[in-house]
Amino acid sequence: MSNPSPAQVATPDLDMSRTMPSGAKPMIRFSGICKAFGSLVVLDDLDLDIAPAEKVALIGPSGSGKSTLLRVLMTLERPDKGSIEIDGAPLWHMPKNGGLVPADGRHLREMRKNVGMVFQQFNLFPHMSVLRNVTEAPVHVLGIDKDEADARARDLLDMVGLRDKVNHYPAQLSGGQQQRVAIARALAMRPRVMLFDEVTSALDPETVGEVLSVIRDLAHEHNLTMLMVTHQMGFAREFADRVCFFYQGRILEQGPPDRLFNDPQNERTQAFLRAVLES
Amino acid sequence: MIWDWDYALEVLPKLLDALIVTVQAALVGFVIALVLGMLIALARRSGRLWLSVPVGALAEFIRSTPLLVQLYFLFFVLPGFGIQTSPFITGVIGLGVHYATYTAEVYRAGLDAVPRGQWEAAWALDFSPLHTFRSIILPQALPPVVPVLGNYLIAIFKDTPLLSAITVLEMMQVAKIEGSETFQYLEPLTIVGLLFLIVSLISAVLIGRLENHLGVLRRI
Repeated sequence: MSNPSPAQVATPDLDMSRTMPSGAKPMIRFSGICKAFGSLVVLDDLDLDIAPAEKVALIGPSGSGKSTLLRVLMTLERPDKGSIEIDGAPLWHMPKNGGLVPADGRHLREMRKNVGMVFQQFNLFPHMSVLRNVTEAPVHVLGIDKDEADARARDLLDMVGLRDKVNHYPAQLSGGQQQRVAIARALAMRPRVMLFDEVTSALDPETVGEVLSVIRDLAHEHNLTMLMVTHQMGFAREFADRVCFFYQGRILEQGPPDRLFNDPQNERTQAFLRAVLES
Repeated sequence: MIWDWDYALEVLPKLLDALIVTVQAALVGFVIALVLGMLIALARRSGRLWLSVPVGALAEFIRSTPLLVQLYFLFFVLPGFGIQTSPFITGVIGLGVHYATYTAEVYRAGLDAVPRGQWEAAWALDFSPLHTFRSIILPQALPPVVPVLGNYLIAIFKDTPLLSAITVLEMMQVAKIEGSETFQYLEPLTIVGLLFLIVSLISAVLIGRLENHLGVLRRI
């Protein structure tokens, strides 16, 4: 485990000309990631470094590989080629006899503890109360004492503005409320990296704001590394340190939001931004 | 042919005794079908081909052949291989294994109906496979299929007369023995029919209640 120097952690104004703050060891490193579903190439030899505590927005047309990149990092999909490192440790491989071999289930489980994910469809457990949705994993996976897990879950639910809903069931909540529970549930595992996969796409327009505001607070108050696939360009601009434009399984262009949105260099980026901003 | 009340009352206690055997056979058979069916469903879902393919083939074979043939096979052929049990146990195993191939399909439908996102959320939260299955998936997969499983309990119950073919003293066998002694079949067979009807109706009501109860649980 690396100890990032205080300078790295406390640098909110990153040097905007670089893809990553200088000198920082990457929190996550994707190297040459390839993934195809049948003949459909979703990720095409993709490289990407993410700095500790960096907030990165992934944008691009659907099918361009943004979500798949998150799913490969969450170990929901196995990459066909390439490697991923989380804080220097290989994710899909493990060291053995001085070399690297494909990771076994135990290694994946151990590495997965670093990463939390919030899904487009919330995926709350419908048969469990809000509180139990948040405490189930800390109690059964991390082995935290139930009272302690309860107290911490209440704090998290307070943070997402749902203190009064602890005993409700998911079906009794609006989409926005369910998604906020899902965020609390992922945070309860104390991940170092949080993945947001189009978390507002399934929401009614009037509840999008409450979810984004929770994510905004998280970005400000916590030292989390955050990757967010989003179609909300306004939010990407305000939330992200860096925006990556995906096209056909590659990152065509990336940079700080101001530059990418105001002065995109690539034709495809220009066309995409024109299309989404006009709609 | 005239209904003979005296005779009917005389055979009723014997038939009620046999009803207990019938109900026992149905219940034990059902429990075997419930447990074995889940194991078959899991084996068929398994990614391990050496497990899923043979279990699938065997289940299809059992489901596609008559229960009566299977009962005869268990009763007359197995002792030749040195496996000897009582007719009751043989019959209960026959019923249970046969119906397990049906309940396996019911479980499969229930498991398939749980959205993939539930597995993915459990995976992302790092639950063990066992905890995922027991605490996340099963509680969602089972309630919707309870009515169908309940119908198979009634189906098993109605198939218990087949056990008379292998000399189990269930209701049908007792009724036939009584009838053959007096040559009066009307009363015992009518009573058997009525008892089947009564027990089936009671079961249907109980299953309906369980279903309502689970429905309420799901809606809160």
